[in-house]
Amino acid sequence: MRYIEPHAHMVSRTTDDYQAMVVAGCAAVCEPAFWAGFDRSSAAGFYDYFCQLTEHEPRRAAKFGLPHYCWLCINPKEAEDVKLAQDVVALMPQFLERSNVLGIGEIGLNKNSRNELKVLELHVDLAARQNQLILVHTPHLEDKLKGTRLILDVLKADGRIKPERCLIDHVEEHTVKMVLDQGFWAGMTLYPETKCTAARAVDMIERYGSERLWMNSACDWGVSVPLAVPYAAQELRRRGHDAATIDRLVYQNPKRFLSQCSKFKLIEPTV
Amino acid sequence: MSRQQLLDLYYLEARSKLIDVAAFLDRVERASGAGDFRWDAFKAALAQMQAATSARAEGVLNALSDPTTEPIPVATTKAACGAWPGRSAT
Ligand SMILES: [Zn+2]
Repeated sequence: MRYIEPHAHMVSRTTDDYQAMVVAGCAAVCEPAFWAGFDRSSAAGFYDYFCQLTEHEPRRAAKFGLPHYCWLCINPKEAEDVKLAQDVVALMPQFLERSNVLGIGEIGLNKNSRNELKVLELHVDLAARQNQLILVHTPHLEDKLKGTRLILDVLKADGRIKPERCLIDHVEEHTVKMVLDQGFWAGMTLYPETKCTAARAVDMIERYGSERLWMNSACDWGVSVPLAVPYAAQELRRRGHDAATIDRLVYQNPKRFLSQCSKFKLIEPTV
Repeated sequence: MSRQQLLDLYYLEARSKLIDVAAFLDRVERASGAGDFRWDAFKAALAQMQAATSARAEGVLNALSDPTTEPIPVATTKAACGAWPGRSAT
């Protein structure tokens, strides 16, 4: 089988994970900018991180023939400090031109605070001005429902933003419908304890269709599974879905969304 | 898939998780002290399991969610705890 991992934090993973993903059929990996697990002390820390995402990590993936793409932002967990966020957003245009950068992400909200909303709006404005794709992180646990509503309100309020160019990630049963109904793409994150299991992801696919949905592992420095997408493909198979449906969900759908950025290219295997 | 096929596929796993939840409830009941709002939230969410609907997962998630719509003034923590503290106060 072939699949695309549309959301993985590879800077936190070992080289063995890259190898296992390629062996499992991974055709491309996409890495949104994320919190490091601790707060960076200055915009210079983000400058270095953006270099890591656009220079070092693609080289590490290339050793296994795996195309590596990324998304840039200051993530919502560090967005309470608006001055820092403004400095980081000012750094971004020089990096957005780089060949493996797909857009702005993962932006969004974490605790649904006023400053987080301001920083979200800063990013949305930059994306609109530069016609960038948007990847959105929705909050965890009890904050997800409210945060998803607030995020959709911000995106819908900006007339320059096209919903089909935004993916709202980490949806669950209580948020998936509002995301799809408003024309956005939705991502289901297969992450132990705090997000969604493969069986629940298949339930949502069966209830809401597979038109604008993708699945990802969001593997990072926490307890997470870099091969979660191929495991979910196995769950789809157990539930009686055919190979064409599985290919659409784990390969064609992410390819369709990501190809809205002309830099996203896959090496199609010659059979 | 048919109901029979889904039972064949998931029954034992669901049974095991159900007993895990029951044992968790017993464990917390046996312990001393007051606990916190998460205990009330968990029991409120459990009530959703008995709903005559095919949207129980959504009901449980909603029962554990912050239902308010205004942004909070300031984020004082990065973490979420899995239940909304305001619910027991209402
Ligand atoms: Zn992420």
